[in-house]
Amino acid sequence: MSEKAIICKDLTKQFGDFKAVNKISFDVGQGEIFGFLGANGAGKTTAMRMLCGLSFPTSGEASVAGFNVYKQQEKIKANIGYMSQKFSLYENLTTFENIEFYGGVYGLSRKEIKKRGEDMVTMLGLANEAKKLVGELPLGWKQKLAFSVAIFHRPKIVFLDEPTGGVDPVTRRQFWDLIYEAAADGITVFVTTHYMDEAEYCNRISIMVDGKVEALDTPASLKKEFNTSSMDEVFYQLARRAQRSGD
Amino acid sequence: MSAVSLENIIKTYDNGKVKAVNNVSFEVEQGELFGLIGPDGAGKTSIFRILTTVLLADKGKATVQGKDVVKDYQYIRNKVGYMPGKFSLYQDLTVAENLNFFATIFKTTIEENYSLIKDIYEQIKPFNNRPAGKLSGGMKQKLALCCALIHKPEVLFLDEPTTGVDAVSRKEFWEMLKRLKEQHISILVSTPYMDEASLCDRIALIQNGNIMSVDTPKNIIAQFPERLYAAKAKDFYGLLKQFRSDPAISSCYAFGEYMHLTLKDKHADETFISELSGKYGAENFEVKIITPEIEDSFIRLMSENSNTASAKN
Repeated sequence: MSEKAIICKDLTKQFGDFKAVNKISFDVGQGEIFGFLGANGAGKTTAMRMLCGLSFPTSGEASVAGFNVYKQQEKIKANIGYMSQKFSLYENLTTFENIEFYGGVYGLSRKEIKKRGEDMVTMLGLANEAKKLVGELPLGWKQKLAFSVAIFHRPKIVFLDEPTGGVDPVTRRQFWDLIYEAAADGITVFVTTHYMDEAEYCNRISIMVDGKVEALDTPASLKKEFNTSSMDEVFYQLARRAQRSGD
Repeated sequence: MSAVSLENIIKTYDNGKVKAVNNVSFEVEQGELFGLIGPDGAGKTSIFRILTTVLLADKGKATVQGKDVVKDYQYIRNKVGYMPGKFSLYQDLTVAENLNFFATIFKTTIEENYSLIKDIYEQIKPFNNRPAGKLSGGMKQKLALCCALIHKPEVLFLDEPTTGVDAVSRKEFWEMLKRLKEQHISILVSTPYMDEASLCDRIALIQNGNIMSVDTPKNIIAQFPERLYAAKAKDFYGLLKQFRSDPAISSCYAFGEYMHLTLKDKHADETFISELSGKYGAENFEVKIITPEIEDSFIRLMSENSNTASAKN
């Protein structure tokens, strides 16, 4: 059993002649907050789909939570959490019904779901809303709830795809508090974002350009390497070299 | 005459249960680049839809180029360009077909106003025969902007044109807006990205259907009522939590590499904060006075508004 949450070596995904992901290699440590950055069309989503066990690589190797991305996709899915900007809870179920549903899908017992669910809504300050339909909650709450549900089964890794897009600046920061707490509990956080200030909150970040990882380090080291004081500028210097554009 | 004017506009949904736009008033001057800045659910899209005559307000009055959005909707529809937040062109028509379609609808031709779209259109011209649905995000955005400009509108409405777009493409898009402004088109643009606010002539900060402030970005920043500090230390998150619960600190939140904070005691300074950090055993501590950004003002106004709201309850 390795201590690395994610190990990636020369991971490649090719669609016809097009190399969407071109030999990317990196490791992510257990409990690390890893920012996965890149311009639109750089290949982030394709890479993430392979790591989540949703798509087979063309070549290269990768293991996620100790499981092989070719042979153990179902094991990977059971051991990770996933959340995206697009709200994916059931709007016409209550908060608690959503928790019961997702807990059930991940195979938790009724007793566990009840206990953990109650702890969770209390911690989020949602105890009074637990019986309300999720559709009636304000957007900021929804995103915080979606995150908590994504880590409800205590996965080793949680993948967050632009979790704070369009969220107000106060809620965005509350969301990052939740990320820090999860990481302190040992959950590895793999996160994409278009907000460059959020890149600073990551332990390490990688920046993808045209299917390749062109930079990988702590925010402080990257700024030093690119001789600038802002992450925005690091990103700009790298991403404007991009030849291809698109989603 | 203002390009756009709203007076006490109210819009509710769900039989009055959801207040999307709450007594909103502001004006956009001729030739101005005006930004509506706020998160999802703030009411930005409802305002755009009311101004482009596709949604009726419950109450209040709004005009575009001096014409009433209810009575004179046909006039307005001919004079404005509207790029909705959701991609709304025909996915199965090609780039050229979409552009031709919109030109024809507005009884004009691509050639007639070509100078206006030239810069933007030439970037997507190589894909003229590709269906719009098969374009990348950045190219879709450029095509939608061309279609909104093809009839040389007097007022341009852009609803979150840069949402979900990477930092490089966002910069390019704002360059395009600057060039359009030079052609004397009045522009109302909305965005959830606070850093884009500084690129506008004036902005309105909006949250939960309420306008919190309308002014130039410079003035909004100048109105920040307290001295703002930026600090960092080795255990960033640990110190952030301790500072937040410290009674001497009135606000403290993460802001990229630094945390931003204000103090309760107006006479205290950096030395005081350094001493405070020593109390918590912070290592490699740094602190400095900084000029606030729009996001600082937004956070400040949000907390002031929620305080008055809870005081009322």
